[in-house]
Amino acid sequence: MIFPAQLHQTADGGIVVSKLDEMINWARSNSLWPLVFGTSCCAIEMMSAADAKYDWSRFGFEVARATPRQADLIIVAGTIVMKMAPVLKRLYDQMPDPKYVIAMGACTISGGPFFYNTYSVVKGVDHIIPVDVYIPGCPPRPEALLHAMITLQEKIKHETYFGKTKEPGK
Amino acid sequence: MSLLGEDIVTEEGEFVINIGPQHPSTHGVLHLKVWLDGETIKKVQPHLGYIHRSIEKMSESLSYRNFIYATSRMDYLSAHINNQACALCVEKGLQIEAPPRAQVIRVLMAELTRLSSHQLWWGCTGLDLGAVTPFFYAFRERELIMEIMEESCGARLTQNYSVPGGVMYDIHPNFQKRTKDVLKQIKAKYQEYEDVLTGNVIFEQRTKGVGYISPEDAVSFGCTGPTLRGSGVSCDVRKWFPYDGYDKVQFDEVLQTGGDCYARYMVRIGEMKQSVSIIEQLIDNIPDGDFQAKTKMVLKLPKGEFYQRVETARGELGVYIVSDGAASPYRIKYRSPNFSNLSALEHMAVGSKIGDLVAIMATIDLVIPDVDR
Amino acid sequence: MTNEEIKQSVSALFPGVTYDETGEFLTILISPAELRPVMKALRFNKEYNFDFLFCLTCIDWKTHLMMVYHLLSRKHKHNIVVKAKIADIVNPEIETICDIWQTANFHEREVYDLFGVKFINHPDMRRLLLDENWDGYPLRKNYVDENMISI
Repeated sequence: MIFPAQLHQTADGGIVVSKLDEMINWARSNSLWPLVFGTSCCAIEMMSAADAKYDWSRFGFEVARATPRQADLIIVAGTIVMKMAPVLKRLYDQMPDPKYVIAMGACTISGGPFFYNTYSVVKGVDHIIPVDVYIPGCPPRPEALLHAMITLQEKIKHETYFGKTKEPGK
Repeated sequence: MSLLGEDIVTEEGEFVINIGPQHPSTHGVLHLKVWLDGETIKKVQPHLGYIHRSIEKMSESLSYRNFIYATSRMDYLSAHINNQACALCVEKGLQIEAPPRAQVIRVLMAELTRLSSHQLWWGCTGLDLGAVTPFFYAFRERELIMEIMEESCGARLTQNYSVPGGVMYDIHPNFQKRTKDVLKQIKAKYQEYEDVLTGNVIFEQRTKGVGYISPEDAVSFGCTGPTLRGSGVSCDVRKWFPYDGYDKVQFDEVLQTGGDCYARYMVRIGEMKQSVSIIEQLIDNIPDGDFQAKTKMVLKLPKGEFYQRVETARGELGVYIVSDGAASPYRIKYRSPNFSNLSALEHMAVGSKIGDLVAIMATIDLVIPDVDR
Repeated sequence: MTNEEIKQSVSALFPGVTYDETGEFLTILISPAELRPVMKALRFNKEYNFDFLFCLTCIDWKTHLMMVYHLLSRKHKHNIVVKAKIADIVNPEIETICDIWQTANFHEREVYDLFGVKFINHPDMRRLLLDENWDGYPLRKNYVDENMISI
């Protein structure tokens, strides 16, 4: 994305004029660092999105941190079961603000293929943490994950640092 | 309640740490409590169940055609081989056999799956031990194989291609030519793999002599697959109890006698070459005919018990179906290879250092959803 | 060894056992009290040498529980199944065999977790897959869970 500013030519160079909100959003959305978190099959497609063919580091997601203290984004890839739910909540709480969540795969949206007749699966990760973007699929293709990341970047660009968040499109 | 739990008892000088459940090198959600004296491991206690999705209970209310999809998600890196095991077990109960074309297609897909699983294992072993380059090299080749699968089966990772009676659809007309091109590319890369990791002096020092397990202990712990073949015990199900036409192809069972991490590593490298050789033998000789045997719409197995074993990329998978004559199984038990391989982890790791624990877990090649089912 | 030879020599050592040959493998039906002597004989006698326990599970038949053990002899390339019927479904108990085959350690913990069968003299009888304070044994047929959504 091009730098969100206007250049006013003056005698000795120029002045760049922009809104503070737009600059902060531009910086935040283009360098989201995901947390290394994958429980089951969707984690393999997440690793495929990180490799050389689909390459998520083109979008700024280069550094995947192992510790939640240094991560901005948690991509929940894989089924969450009742024993894992407190662990996920603790990881989410340890992440510093601003933080975002992508729910990847059918299991995290609603329990997915494990909805009926299971006693231990949490039917949707939004029972535990608030989710920003949902990706359907079992497992979703790496291109779907990249599409979700771009959607999240669009969502971040509509945030306001001072005042209320605008709705996208208004 | 403390973070570690109330059952922790330590001696003088020992302390206990948690590894996982969220950890970059545990290959899934495995929680290990490790008793340490300095950096030396005294005791390792695995805590499982963080991905226990109750697949066995769920399968008791699904039909005999439906329950196969859940096994793709169990050991997702050998998804096709898991599906093949379930299809073969139901065929055993119905006393039918898949037509020759379907058998050869299933073997080809199984060997491609084994090859892609071992490539991912190779990349992740390098990544765990600190080398990032093998990760990108391995995924480069793996993407080629996943594209072949996507063209014929419809999905990259969880294929659901085997059904009781054969395969779901016929292979794509492009399958044979594409597979031959991909094999040519993969064979040209073997030297690169040897140069990057196998002959590397740091890698050899981190894996030789580490994580030794004797053949008797490995058999007693129930290890199968490359974990057991690294200690010199012959156990390949494709040779011992052949299925789906494996007795008609020529391949060697790769055995090493070291018993340590390096031996298990060399077994898998050898198996990749054997898989390529099996595919080359079969790719031009796919028989003509049906791709699926005729079966009824609603499958009902007669009263009794049926056990089918196959060789996945990690060991022997057993599907045990107990039927009481209804349209759903009464009880299904999956004898998963990773469950037994994991129980040998403590035996291999006691006495070594923390860095060696990572090397041991990398060469046992665990996939945790298969442990928890 | 063929099935007939195994039947004859096992009956000579343990006269009370019965056999079932309807399935794929020869099945030996024993009572829980003679589990340890039979298993020790199968493991350590040179003529059997069943050194590989590859499947340990339990089946809930509503009136009783059936413990199932699948054994393989690597030397003689022979598979058999041993079954022990537990009649008490309220407090089921059976002896452990994890000192004979070390793989039984995890398998028995899993059976305790999902079926409630207690293994006497097991070194670490705790739940394996579910949370420590989970209520009930899910794979039993009389398990009721209001959180479970059934079709």
